[in-house]
Amino acid sequence: MSSDADELEVSVWRGDNASGRFEDFRVPAQENQTILDVVSWIQQHRDPTLSYRYACRVGMCGSCAMMVNGVPRWTCRTHVKVALKDNRISIGPLRNLPVIKDLATDMDPFFDKWVAAEGMHHPSRTRDDAIEQINPEDASRQEANKGIECINCSVCYAACDTVAGNDDYLGPAALQRAWTLYNDAKDAGKLNILEAVSGKGGCHNCHSQGGCSHYCPNDLNPMAAIAGLKRASALSFFKGRK
Amino acid sequence: MLTVRLYMLQRITALLMAPLVLGHLAVMIYAVQGGLSAAEILGRTQGSVAWFLFYGCFVVAVSVHAAIGLRVVVHELMGLKGTLLELFTWATAAGLFLLGGRAVMAVTLS
Repeated sequence: MSSDADELEVSVWRGDNASGRFEDFRVPAQENQTILDVVSWIQQHRDPTLSYRYACRVGMCGSCAMMVNGVPRWTCRTHVKVALKDNRISIGPLRNLPVIKDLATDMDPFFDKWVAAEGMHHPSRTRDDAIEQINPEDASRQEANKGIECINCSVCYAACDTVAGNDDYLGPAALQRAWTLYNDAKDAGKLNILEAVSGKGGCHNCHSQGGCSHYCPNDLNPMAAIAGLKRASALSFFKGRK
Repeated sequence: MLTVRLYMLQRITALLMAPLVLGHLAVMIYAVQGGLSAAEILGRTQGSVAWFLFYGCFVVAVSVHAAIGLRVVVHELMGLKGTLLELFTWATAAGLFLLGGRAVMAVTLS
């Protein structure tokens, strides 16, 4: 590690979906410095036209993910020392998404696929009914709990080689959301979910390469969630429902 | 590019092929070890319903399994989609079925 240098050599992607190139900057090195700090320093001190996206800065909002030295990371919680190679860092827009400008990607395809995977609540009761009591020890609740810390950062989507090769594939985040809802006792849309994840872009396209689970900044396991959907849809297939 | 139907077809044909591959390997080793000539092998297989069903099932399973697998490869690596992808899948299945079927007929029909 060569983070003792006074300055970092940083390459930042400049351009849009049609064309672009990496532009080099020298950024003062600090003892405690995140990738987002580096990007912000460039925008504030070298080029105010640099476009990027962030909000909370504490790993909650999921808006600042970028490619850092070729791998997807949440930049507000990634220390420079973790990513630095030979005192150099390359920072680019998230993979597998259209680039709006510089480091800002168009997240529409990512969230459209959440909707396509039925990643929304399907109510089982009306406001007039009593609230359903849920046993936190219940196996399906435990399974649902595994995916609820997803912050929609799209790191898993950018890490996925199947998404890269298959435009229709719903991707790890949307499928994990579908699996979470499938296991939620308060969700009445189990069959809708299975149907949504059984189409041509569904869970069966996953090759179980595990990039999603490897890079998830919250240590979630979308690959296991997708395996759960495969099992559930296979059982449903044998029961003749699909 | 895989629906649940194609996914299940590929898994079921894989399950079918596992014992068939083992059986085929066992037969090959037996034939070679025993020093059977081609004529002696054909003498046992021609007119045999059992060998027709064994290798017939094998050919059907391979045709379905390989066509679905190659469908995924050409879609993800070469971007083939839509009607062309459907045509490729069916052509692969039909080609393998014809080639394999011809061999099975030659070996098992008397």
